[in-house]
Amino acid sequence: MKILVPVKRVIDYNVKVRVKADQTGVDLANVKMSMNPFDEISVEEALKLKEAGAATEVVAVSIGVTQCQETLRTAMAMGADRGILVESSADLQPLAVAKLLKALCDKEAPGLVILGKQAIDDDSNQTGQMLAALLGWPQATFASKVTLADGNASVVREVDGGLETVSVKLPAIVTTDLRLNTPRYATLPNIMKAKKKPLDVVTPESLGVDVTPRLTTLKVVEPPKRKGGVMVPDVAALVDKLKNEAKVL
Amino acid sequence: MSILVIADHDNAHLKPGVTNSITAASKCGGDIHVLVAGSGCGAAAAAVAAVSGVAKVLVADAPQYADGLAENLAPLVVGLAKGYSHVLVSASAFGKNLMPRVAALLDVAQVSDIVAVESADTFVRPIYAGNAFATVKSSDAIKCITVRATGFDAAAGGGSAATENIAAGADAGLSKVTGREMTKSDRPQLAAAKRIVSGGRGLGDGDKYRAVLEPLADKLGAALGASRAAVDAGFVPNDYQVGQTGKIVAPELYIAVGISGAIQHLAGMKDSKVIVAINKDPEAPIFQVADYGLVGDLFNVVPELTAAL
Repeated sequence: MKILVPVKRVIDYNVKVRVKADQTGVDLANVKMSMNPFDEISVEEALKLKEAGAATEVVAVSIGVTQCQETLRTAMAMGADRGILVESSADLQPLAVAKLLKALCDKEAPGLVILGKQAIDDDSNQTGQMLAALLGWPQATFASKVTLADGNASVVREVDGGLETVSVKLPAIVTTDLRLNTPRYATLPNIMKAKKKPLDVVTPESLGVDVTPRLTTLKVVEPPKRKGGVMVPDVAALVDKLKNEAKVL
Repeated sequence: MSILVIADHDNAHLKPGVTNSITAASKCGGDIHVLVAGSGCGAAAAAVAAVSGVAKVLVADAPQYADGLAENLAPLVVGLAKGYSHVLVSASAFGKNLMPRVAALLDVAQVSDIVAVESADTFVRPIYAGNAFATVKSSDAIKCITVRATGFDAAAGGGSAATENIAAGADAGLSKVTGREMTKSDRPQLAAAKRIVSGGRGLGDGDKYRAVLEPLADKLGAALGASRAAVDAGFVPNDYQVGQTGKIVAPELYIAVGISGAIQHLAGMKDSKVIVAINKDPEAPIFQVADYGLVGDLFNVVPELTAAL
């Protein structure tokens, strides 16, 4: 069974985001970019399934600008067998990304697609579910444990108030939550080896997908600043403030 | 045109966030219809009918809707959606799972996690963990939206909407729920709590987390929360997590204990009305958003605070 793992190139987790002065977006110039953290978890889970003998090939896919090749090389350095880049400099929204992935799934026929539950840039949390809809496959979102057996995936999901276990028929979509695993680091020899792994480049046009955005961003602004509060010297002063100033006790 | 709100419920009760979604719907304009799809969900339907501003409750009662599976619910919603200008649902685990499946089947974009409605087609949503807010305009005929509860007030009671039973669709047979392990607690639910006591890595371990924070939470009638660091370290289950990848909360009082204040955590709680931070590190970023900061050893300060209340 083949596992497809989409990986998104996003602003690094540790970078302090700055909104552009003209309110058109977030400043990405000279900012460190990395693989979306949830996608690292997806790659790790696919590799673990392959190492356990449940999968034969792990294919990483990225969609976006030329530099997404770096993200694919990272996935291959972790252990993915090959990469596919759908190259486009357009504003790619989740519906368009799901359509591109659908086109690739039609070609590659994976038994499982593992995606991060959300990307830490647009925080949409949509692509996996949309891909499941377009393929007519079941979806197991927000996974914290994945077990494959007898043509089904049993997936423990993080839901409000606890955990839920769903059994879905393969082929299926899984989206990853934080506690699923701890992604491995790529070792130097594996980083070198990854440079020789196959990486195909295709385009939305060659896949026959219209990626025209449906949402227009009118402006992007900074959140309202929370004005700094006061430091209190001790518990008595804190209780007094909460009772008499904030009036929340 | 009318607006469809999908209710997140457990067949007996509405989940926190439904009434906030109804408020968001009221800002889009048009009559509000609410879909309650479940199994034996009469009580949940009655609860929706009593919410002010609801014109009609649509009830789809069938075994295949018992567990809120997106594979079964999405075709039902898609069938209804063609008659509506907007389809809204809470940005809860249920809504986040369901709505993109609906949107893709309708071939429309989804607007996730809105915190404000500017007009019928323009919405405000946080991006980059709430470090920026985007105003986005949808060009689709049907707007599929998930609603962040903290952005909207809860709709009041006092309504008396008509209830209409609608035909159920087939069981897609693609998925089934085989188990559930809910965190048992007598405390208020995190997403709906007026007061939250939240702990971070500074607590040291799970036993100390409970020993130090539970008495304070009990005294305040507060829900318990945690930073991702505390969850990752195994102090508490994941559904305690407040932050970008956990729950987004906005209680009247949020007490952060031993939490340094990573931006991902602040993203989940900075809309709280009053924030108290207790931390031994005076440089901790949490103090930059706290209304009241107290530098000290939490193992002394918190019991002292509990005793003083």
